[in-house]
Amino acid sequence: MEIKWYIGLAVALFCTGIVGVLTRRNSIIIFMCIELMLNSVNLLLVAFSKMHAASALVQSNPNVVSDAQIFVFFIMVVAAAEVSVGLAIIVMLYRNTHSVDVNFLNRLKN
Amino acid sequence: MSNVFQLVWLIPVLPLLGFLINGLGRKQVSKTMAGVIGSGSVLASFIISVLIFIQLNAGNVPKEPFHYFDFINVTALKIGFDFQIDQLTSIFLLIITGVGFLIHVYSTSYMHDEEPKDFAKYFAYLNLFVFSMLLLVMGANYVIMFIGWEGVGLCSYLLIGFWFKNTNYNIAAKKAFIMNRIGDLGFLLAVFWLISKLGTADYHQVFANVSKLTTTDITAITMLLFVGAMGKSAQIPLYTWLPDAMAGPTPVSALIHAATMVTAGIYMIARSNILYTMSPVTQAVVAIVGLSTAILAATIALKQNDIKKVLAYSTVSQLGYMFLALGVGAYTGAVFHVMTHAFFKALLFLGAGSVIHAMSGEQDIRNMGGLKKYMSVTHITFLLACLAIAGMPPFSGFFSKDEILAAAYERSPLLWGVGVGGAIMTAFYMFRLYAMTFLGKFRGTHEQEHHLHESPKAMTIPLIILAILSVIGGWIGIPEVFMHGGHRLEAFLEPVFAQSNAITVKHPLNHNTEYGLMAASVVLALAALIFAWSKFSKYQKTDAEETGFGKVLANRWYVDELYDAIIVKPVQSIAKYFNDIFEKKGIDGFVNGVGKAVNHGSRQIRLLQSGQVGTYVLMMVLGILIFFIIQLFL
Amino acid sequence: MSITALLFWGLSALALFSAIMVVASKNPVNSILYLIVVFFAITGHYILLNAQFLAIVNVIVYAGAIMVLFLFVVMLMNLNAESEPKKHRMLQFAGLISGGCLFLVLVSALSETAQASNMVQMGGGNSGLVQNLGMALFKNYVLPFEISSVLFLSAMIGAVVIGKKEG
Repeated sequence: MEIKWYIGLAVALFCTGIVGVLTRRNSIIIFMCIELMLNSVNLLLVAFSKMHAASALVQSNPNVVSDAQIFVFFIMVVAAAEVSVGLAIIVMLYRNTHSVDVNFLNRLKN
Repeated sequence: MSNVFQLVWLIPVLPLLGFLINGLGRKQVSKTMAGVIGSGSVLASFIISVLIFIQLNAGNVPKEPFHYFDFINVTALKIGFDFQIDQLTSIFLLIITGVGFLIHVYSTSYMHDEEPKDFAKYFAYLNLFVFSMLLLVMGANYVIMFIGWEGVGLCSYLLIGFWFKNTNYNIAAKKAFIMNRIGDLGFLLAVFWLISKLGTADYHQVFANVSKLTTTDITAITMLLFVGAMGKSAQIPLYTWLPDAMAGPTPVSALIHAATMVTAGIYMIARSNILYTMSPVTQAVVAIVGLSTAILAATIALKQNDIKKVLAYSTVSQLGYMFLALGVGAYTGAVFHVMTHAFFKALLFLGAGSVIHAMSGEQDIRNMGGLKKYMSVTHITFLLACLAIAGMPPFSGFFSKDEILAAAYERSPLLWGVGVGGAIMTAFYMFRLYAMTFLGKFRGTHEQEHHLHESPKAMTIPLIILAILSVIGGWIGIPEVFMHGGHRLEAFLEPVFAQSNAITVKHPLNHNTEYGLMAASVVLALAALIFAWSKFSKYQKTDAEETGFGKVLANRWYVDELYDAIIVKPVQSIAKYFNDIFEKKGIDGFVNGVGKAVNHGSRQIRLLQSGQVGTYVLMMVLGILIFFIIQLFL
Repeated sequence: MSITALLFWGLSALALFSAIMVVASKNPVNSILYLIVVFFAITGHYILLNAQFLAIVNVIVYAGAIMVLFLFVVMLMNLNAESEPKKHRMLQFAGLISGGCLFLVLVSALSETAQASNMVQMGGGNSGLVQNLGMALFKNYVLPFEISSVLFLSAMIGAVVIGKKEG
């Protein structure tokens, strides 16, 4: 498989995530789309690591493959932490406004 | 004493000093001091002028102009601050400083009611005027002449509007200045043309290189110079300022508007005589304009009732005669008439001032009459001046006017005929003025009658001196027919007009014709004189309005109204249009609009901070999109 | 087509379809379920690339923990299709268009590069094996590993603090 197919797939997922963020008003759905974007990036990183594994680069720098996958690992770590905090905030917001509508955040204006 | 020419620079500098001292120190000097400084500086200039005249008369004419410093010095153009003293200049110097001095002395008495600082201001202005006029006649190139030209225009404005608290006087002053300016534009264009064609404005060099100019050049230059003269010397169409200028004090009218400033145009054309001789077209124009002005002004003067206005229109008319002389090539005649006119017109104005003074400010001749028994000196001198201006022999006016008419006849009998018509009217209206003022019964109020008195010595002595000059002044110009070699003025001025005379074809009249012409004009003028004398010495004041043609004349042929409608109102409405539309809506609108736009725009941009998270994200995505596009594709 | 290619295309199609359904469905619970499908598809991709460790971690952490958390919250708030707030039509459209444009730009940019035709090692390779990754993690990246535990601690504290009731 050439790398360009993976690139295409990852970009498609990423853009779908973006469309979701822009289109939806429910803050939970928006959050989920952000997770979708993160995942697409993870996929792409892993694909790149394998690409380098297949190329000549691995002779000069044998760590390059595992570096990418470790990076993916840490992205997942961060994503987990971020989800927990984010959801806590959303629950707080719901408790105050009884709605998860993102537009209600326009009270930030005042 | 040939080193008198070292003192040439003092002639204008002394009045300039007088101006500075009286002007800057006007709050400190006393009235006597101001009068002494003012008159003294002009007297000193007069003495030096006399010494110079003596030198020139003896044949000791300086060949080169006196160079003082470089006024303009760029690569192609060199214009020095030079004075040229030749016979023409000398005559004018004598007139300006001599008559000027007498008027200064007269003013010390006439203006004695003024506050000391206004009194000093008046003398400062008068001195500045004399300085400018001297620059004008002494300059060795057109640029220095123009400096003087502008200066006299300025001083005319300052002096006409001297009693500035009266708005009407200010309007008159503005009118004078603006009309002068229109003429000045013509003058400047002529000078530029000259410089562009010949690269110099020096008289010597211009007149020597006259052959390098094409006919079109010469015609254009002379026409433009004449436009300048039209403004300064009040010819049609730029003459309406002069009657209005009577708003100024009477000595000012005498000095500026009779003897000196208005003759600047004559001087300029006389100085440029070779240019005019080479352009017959312009000469014809000058002659016709001059003659028409003479007739028009004379007709208006027939029906004026203000003593100064009659004299003002008389001045315009006499100036027309001078231009007629220049137009037919009689340059000496024109200069001669300038001289005699300066004497009798200044005398007339000063006499009028004396009358006004005695009448406590009254200027309407319908309210005067029978003044001869109260003011004998004024009466006699006024009568002598009237005889001179009417052209009665052996007074000065006869000789100069006759010379002009004879020269006109040489050119065309029609010009002579119309000129004689003007002379008849001159005699008529002048003696109408004389009779209504001095003869008959007094028609004024009782108040005024108590006040009537002869003027003090400071006013009457100049009158007497001018009267003597008016009588004998013509005897330096006795024509050939009477005495061979009698025209001393012509001989004196010969070198100045030599270049012109060399190329004009003369048709001298034979003696009989000349006697006939003289007799005709004198007899007709005398008839008009007697008619006016008898009619108006029995004048009764009526309240009847003028009717018919008289009304047109009394309203000055409605020329002022015509100018108002054709020129003043459109210009004012254009200005109003520009002010309202252009200035207020256009420029102000633009400037204010910028402010409003910023205001508006900021209000709109503020709305971006809507607090809508979704919008924020959209903007972010769009930004990234644009960034990617630029980065990857451009 | 080889089995690898078949699997690749199948998984890709599934992932894309589910992603679009995540965005498009009205009921939030449905969105969550579709997202779980996406995660499973991506896990499948990982297995194809022989990144075994990551595949397992993906399932356990993402599909297992995070999505369950999301589901809890949605259930807590009792969201269903009727109370779903709708966004303004124009803005939806604008979002769609801009997302689409971004997709086109990125794809066209990246697929023209010289390295776009590099091959990916699939199915084999021992770099994604657990022991190799573990070695790399504990040898070279020990510090970030330990600090990530601190990160978790702060996240937990933050979540608790935020969620506390006032008063």
